[in-house]
Amino acid sequence: MNDGNLPNRPARPIYLDYQSTTPTDPRVLEVMLPLFTEQFGNPHSDEHELGRRAAAAVEQARGEVASLIGAEARELIFTSGATESNNLAIKGAARFRRAHEGRSHLVTLATEHKCVLESAKALGREGFEVEILPVGQDGLVDLDRLAASLREDTALVSVMAVNNEIGIVQPLAEIGALTRPRGIWLHSDAAQAAGKIPLDVDALQVDLLSISGHKLYGPKGIGALYVRRRPRVRLEPLFDGGGQERGLRSGTLPAPLCVGLGEACRLAGLEMAEEAERLTVLRARFLAELTARVPGVALNGDAERRIPGNLNLSFEGVETQELIDHLVGVAASSGSACSSAAIEPSYVVQALGLPDWRTRGALRIGLGRFSTGGEIDRAVGILAETVASLRARRGAGGGETAAE
Amino acid sequence: MLDPIYLDYNATAPVRPAVARAMAESLGRVGNASSLHRFGREARAAVEGARGEVAALVGAAPEEVHFTAGGTEADNWALTGFGARRLLVSAGEHEAVLEAAPQAERIPLTGGGLVDLAALERLLAASDAPALVSVQAANNETGALQPLPEVAALARRHGALLHSDAVQAAGKTPLDRAALGLDLVSLSAHKLGGPQGVGALVVRAGLELAPLLRGGGQERRRRAGTENVAGIVGFGLAARLAAAELADMAARAAWRDAFEAGLRARFPEAVVFAAAAPRLPNTSCFALPGRSAETLLIALDLAGVALSSGSACSSGKIAPSHVLAAMGVPETLARSALRLSFGWASRREDLEACLAALAKQAGSRQNGAGSKQRIIA
Repeated sequence: MNDGNLPNRPARPIYLDYQSTTPTDPRVLEVMLPLFTEQFGNPHSDEHELGRRAAAAVEQARGEVASLIGAEARELIFTSGATESNNLAIKGAARFRRAHEGRSHLVTLATEHKCVLESAKALGREGFEVEILPVGQDGLVDLDRLAASLREDTALVSVMAVNNEIGIVQPLAEIGALTRPRGIWLHSDAAQAAGKIPLDVDALQVDLLSISGHKLYGPKGIGALYVRRRPRVRLEPLFDGGGQERGLRSGTLPAPLCVGLGEACRLAGLEMAEEAERLTVLRARFLAELTARVPGVALNGDAERRIPGNLNLSFEGVETQELIDHLVGVAASSGSACSSAAIEPSYVVQALGLPDWRTRGALRIGLGRFSTGGEIDRAVGILAETVASLRARRGAGGGETAAE
Repeated sequence: MLDPIYLDYNATAPVRPAVARAMAESLGRVGNASSLHRFGREARAAVEGARGEVAALVGAAPEEVHFTAGGTEADNWALTGFGARRLLVSAGEHEAVLEAAPQAERIPLTGGGLVDLAALERLLAASDAPALVSVQAANNETGALQPLPEVAALARRHGALLHSDAVQAAGKTPLDRAALGLDLVSLSAHKLGGPQGVGALVVRAGLELAPLLRGGGQERRRRAGTENVAGIVGFGLAARLAAAELADMAARAAWRDAFEAGLRARFPEAVVFAAAAPRLPNTSCFALPGRSAETLLIALDLAGVALSSGSACSSGKIAPSHVLAAMGVPETLARSALRLSFGWASRREDLEACLAALAKQAGSRQNGAGSKQRIIA
């Protein structure tokens, strides 16, 4: 269980999977630890000092999360993560609006995270009309098409702020300008965006926004959902019980995790601009070095409108599965890590309508806070060699590797 | 300030030091347990190791354990996962069960704090519709251990599924899902010295239920969301440590009994709820008639003793307990009810100190001070 960097063991792979999960920042961990053992109270035990202290720590954290997105603290509720936030936002808003206003139409994108799509599909089985819009080759929403899809009875539009596989930044402000005048609520899965790009819920006219702790150097098992107060957004809860989080989310709040998310948000707010600049340079270096050494590389998704830490690349003549199998020393992924034992072609890259080889050979590279120039150089070297050897094998051996 | 004497373990327990260390170590590692690379595989191995520890605590198979964000999610999932099934829940259940199934029929409690088996049988016999029965393993307020073998036999005879919220029981008293024939069991890590924010729903192998959280295919495609690796590791270790201490915990019922004997000696009018029922070793729910619980709790808190009036929920206002009401306790007496609950880090002296503080704050007959020392709100 100890560190892998022992003399008789190979060095640990270079971690380039920051969109899958980020390391917990040591500064975040430091503020969490006292809440496990010393200030361990149940934040809902207001009958004694330990409980009240835990509650105060949770409320301070709530303020930090709110600040990161330009919200008020009381507009944030804590959840167990972005999957829960997205389930709660989409099912909760849709069920409430159908019951109280008769709105039963939903619009979302084909490239949304699975938990958004699955929540929408579950609503479809409950009788909601769910419209899943395609995206352009650049991965961006087609605003005209979105506008045309909106109806009197549209309850909710859900469009992610940043795509988890191709890093594309969607034009939320433009979408908000379409939804707000029509009284349609706009939800955005900002798991990949929060702490990476500036977000302001008022400027964007977003009504519901999901945040994940472990995507921004906080702990796993914690997330948040922004729920707008003016104009008022109402939800049907997913969990009932003790009535915590203003009745929207029952269950004991995990005080150490809330505090960890708060600190992660505070640090992100302070360091986001500088970090973005550094990662933009590192990413350009990665791409320049790689394309200088490897022909037949394509970038999936718009090159400019994406977060600084993301690349999604396809290699002509190389399939994702074999690339990942042979990529020793670099931890990258095919896309979303969702328990899949086998690698399937990414539905996100597929939705871009690109040539077949682009879909079959997509690799997601995620850079982040602890990535270094040295790591980038070594990773490019490993990736270039792996691609070259796979292509050589195919060129020489022919049929067997290409066999279906 | 001095470390308070903490006797509110049924609300939450401090994280065990070894658990905190294991979590800190896990939090220092990167890795999504669903990623296929080495970082992911290491995280996966940690999660699966913990799954085995949690399963072992409650007599389940590892593949029956589905990690959740806590007991509330587990209860909500169990109660909503079977579509239109008829629901029968005991009147003493935690709010997470009662509120998840507001339409459920209530099984009454006896005055002694146990589920009324005759009433359950009548309810089950009244309809042929397939039912789900939910009866907690131990009550969070009184500690009363519910007669799960008898409940299970009735459920089986009537073809009903049986869910048990074992959030308070697990790690404090032996529990065996398979032997008891439970179909679903809810667990929470932070009640047994693990972290807040992790729990599990144990689902009997072969039983299908609809997911509550949808998305990725985690937890055998039943509960989406990136696994809380460090939290799960902490849960696993806490489960192992609690399992190893079950005999010690059972023996600590003597502490509780001594506390209650001392209480009765000082306050002959004291009422201990569910005293005749088999109870968790760590829980005592009692009332000093005529003394408001709210006032006493404030005074005890100032004196550095943390007790509670019952379930820690969000209201901020102390409402009379629905559990005591279901036992037929008059509201005036219920408003005097206090809950003492101890755990892994408690010492016998903590209970003695609590008794002394109670005697001082409430003014017992024995110390002769009478009502003079009673706190006036």
